[in-house]
Amino acid sequence: MLTVTGLTKRFGGFTALNDVSFEVGEGEILGLIGPNGSGKTTAFNCISGALAPTAGSIRFLGKELAGVTPDVVCHRGLARTFQIPRPFRKLSILENVAVAAHYGTDRAGSEASARVRATKILEMVGLPADPAAPTTLLGAGGLKKLELARALATGPRLLLADESLGGLDPAEMATAADMLRRVRGELGVTIVWVEHIMATLTRVVDRVVVLDHGEKIAEGRPLDVAADPRVIEAYLGEPIVLT
Amino acid sequence: MSPGRLLALAVLVALAAAPFVPMGGMRQYVLHVVIQIFIWSFIGQAWSLMGRFGLVSLGHGAFLGVGAYTTTLLWNFYGLTPWLGVVAAVLLAMLLAFVVAYPCSRFGITGHYFALVTLAVGEVIRLLLIAERDWTGGSLGVTLRAPGSDASLLAIQYADKRVFYYGGLALWLAGLWVWARVDRSMARSAMEAIGEDETAAASVGIHVTRFKLGITMLSAGLTAIGGVAYAQYIAYVNPETLAGIGVSLRIVFAVVLGGMYVLLGPTVGTALTIALSEYLRVVFGVKFIGMAETIYGLLLVIFIIFLPAGIYGSVAALLRRRRVPAAAPA
Ligand SMILES: Nc1ncnc2c1ncn2[C@@H]1O[C@H](COP(=O)(O)OP(=O)(O)OP(=O)(O)O)[C@@H](O)[C@H]1O
Ligand SMILES: [Mg+2]
Repeated sequence: MLTVTGLTKRFGGFTALNDVSFEVGEGEILGLIGPNGSGKTTAFNCISGALAPTAGSIRFLGKELAGVTPDVVCHRGLARTFQIPRPFRKLSILENVAVAAHYGTDRAGSEASARVRATKILEMVGLPADPAAPTTLLGAGGLKKLELARALATGPRLLLADESLGGLDPAEMATAADMLRRVRGELGVTIVWVEHIMATLTRVVDRVVVLDHGEKIAEGRPLDVAADPRVIEAYLGEPIVLT
Repeated sequence: MSPGRLLALAVLVALAAAPFVPMGGMRQYVLHVVIQIFIWSFIGQAWSLMGRFGLVSLGHGAFLGVGAYTTTLLWNFYGLTPWLGVVAAVLLAMLLAFVVAYPCSRFGITGHYFALVTLAVGEVIRLLLIAERDWTGGSLGVTLRAPGSDASLLAIQYADKRVFYYGGLALWLAGLWVWARVDRSMARSAMEAIGEDETAAASVGIHVTRFKLGITMLSAGLTAIGGVAYAQYIAYVNPETLAGIGVSLRIVFAVVLGGMYVLLGPTVGTALTIALSEYLRVVFGVKFIGMAETIYGLLLVIFIIFLPAGIYGSVAALLRRRRVPAAAPA
């Protein structure tokens, strides 16, 4: 569904991504992991069109994405969330999601139908769909949910979820993991999930790609990857606890 | 009928009847002031369509000037009726808006930098009008050629101010209608989103450039219509009153004063600034010719710091807050 080949991104002289290649199959949940600063968010930025890659090709559903603007990427069925939530503060929670539902698809229907879809998605992620509820009601966890709801409202086939749930407690992490599983189950959305704590991922993802210093150092089933000496070294003593 | 609608209807009836109320010898003067309030409120509404989304233009005089001079010159030189001239005026203003806004949007020129670009554009148009004096009369301006005896309608020139009063009233109402349409649409949400965070807006499929261009061209086109209306009313165009920094800033002052996030904000602000300058003119005569501008400037600074929602905007917010607890019994 998504094929990334030789993706390279340099900021001035600094190479944030170096010749990274991976594939995502339809219906899969792929974990993209790596220590802080390894280039995960940069990879998302390149795929979603927020940054132009220095080199490489990104093919999605048979079409090239490199150099395509973010709004077109979204219309083609690829949505992303931001690691640090970026809600539209001047809009209510519902309007945040409704605007994505309305403009996120090529064939925009009526504004009323966008609100209906937004309401359903808010219910699914467990946020209030009261038309007047402002985003200031939401704490860190709520804002994460809003990010997810807004991305899902655009009706994606593939979701790039930049979660990095460090900072959430174990219960919240488990909820978030369940949420992504439900997203795939109920909406049939394929998912690439970024996270740097491996333990959270392993219960949910089918496959893992590991980045370190902008390079892909491992790929495979979670248990195999966790045992890979290069991965253990990259995490430099950070415990890789599997549950 | 809700009290709000009833009040609106009453105001409308009063406005419609006003020209026939006996006012002693003051009628011409009162009509003159109210016509100006209508036209400049309309222009303020057009400006606030952009301003409320953080697209602060300090060069709306450019669109006024393009509008006013287009119809005036087409009429004076080719005898083209302003009814058709206004179409050309709007198209030209929109073209200018496109030429300014497209590169700004593509190269991410926003906020203060965008304001500075528009400021420069306003000045460029003023200087162009002065430089092309064979056509435009330079800094002396041009008077609209008087029509033949029975061609008032074709020329949109009338001695009776009441015609302009009703024309101005219609224009003002049309401006309110456009403003309310934009306010209620999903496009408003999209523009708010863009104003806050372009990257996030684009990531949910909003075509940032298209929206910015759209709202800028709409604002420019309406402003050009305002310029045409003013030129027809005064029957004289001049680079200082219809282009450049002075008039551009006066539009901004009025809207910021009244409040740009509420329907009637631009109107309240325009009425206040016009009343203030009339008052100063009557009290001080022409001795303090720069006085009004100085006072506007001071007020603007005070308002931006202490009352960013504007006078009317703040009052409206206060009333809303009062109503909410009353509506929800504890
Ligand atoms: N716009 C930018 N300009 C310059 N350098 C950047 C830019 N964006 C990211 N970087 C650098 O690229 C590297 C990779 O950053 P990135 O955000 O992709 O890491 P990450 O894997 O998402 O890390 P984290 O787990 O902390 O979210 C970092 O060293 C970062 O400082
Ligand atoms: Mg990151």
